[in-house]
Amino acid sequence: MVGNADLFVNWARKSSLWYLLFATACCGIELMQAGASRYDLDRFGAVFRATPRQSDLMLVAGTITHKMADRVKRLYEQMPEPKYVIAMGSCANTGGPFYKDSYCVVKGVDLLIPVDVYIPGCPPRPEALIDGIMRLQKIIMQKKNYGAKA
Amino acid sequence: MEAQAIFDTLKGKFGDAVVALQSEGFSPAFVVVAPAAVNGIARFLKDDPALSFDSLMCLSGVDYRDRLAVAYHLHSMKHRHAIGMKAFLPGEAPSLPTVDDVWPAANFQEREAYDLFGIGFEGSKDLRRILLPEDWEGHPLRKDYKYPDFYHGIKV
Repeated sequence: MVGNADLFVNWARKSSLWYLLFATACCGIELMQAGASRYDLDRFGAVFRATPRQSDLMLVAGTITHKMADRVKRLYEQMPEPKYVIAMGSCANTGGPFYKDSYCVVKGVDLLIPVDVYIPGCPPRPEALIDGIMRLQKIIMQKKNYGAKA
Repeated sequence: MEAQAIFDTLKGKFGDAVVALQSEGFSPAFVVVAPAAVNGIARFLKDDPALSFDSLMCLSGVDYRDRLAVAYHLHSMKHRHAIGMKAFLPGEAPSLPTVDDVWPAANFQEREAYDLFGIGFEGSKDLRRILLPEDWEGHPLRKDYKYPDFYHGIKV
């Protein structure tokens, strides 16, 4: 019975992953493309939202500078639970091309907020982004919301 | 007008404030001027009908290790000629008059030079950091810049 409740809740959550419209660099172009008709993220229930208060998923699409870091944290804190983060592209994963000799770029968004899925690429193609979202859906399906904690 | 003719015009008008003409290896050639006279010369370059440099293409800071410089690239839409203007500054507390009253577009570029090189622009309308956070320490494009270890608790 508890298992069925988990299944239902997780299914509902993974099927309506509304993501925050938040792009800071060229990965944002791939994100837009993934949301547009050719790749059509809508079919996974992933729709962009212009406000963190309606979002379940933060797609960090692009370079995060130290000036932006405070804003990223604030946006993450404004999102309601349960919330998930996908780091999209090399910059959000590790700092990417700015890893060495940059005073202004944060070397990976996981220094700021917890990340669920990392997508490599510079920038990743929309297929890779969709793969990342499907992996996140698999993670969500394994969550135990009632009964024993996972 | 050719660079040499522009230089001669400026030399005749401003005398010792116009130091030299750097034409070898530069396109357009650079007129080296005294920092204190920058604003007056800029005003003349813009307002004189034979020169009428109405467009400030670029304003950049330069670090030569022993000294700093501010380089201005000017272009005239009317006469279709271009010239560079350069002012050398000491490495310690560099400062020179602003040109944002002559070309309003200079403001953002002066703020950038201030942000990244620490060059002061006296009389500027609004001299704040433009790229880096307000509380950043140091001026990163200086050659003697030392990276901070942490910024707001995050490793740099």
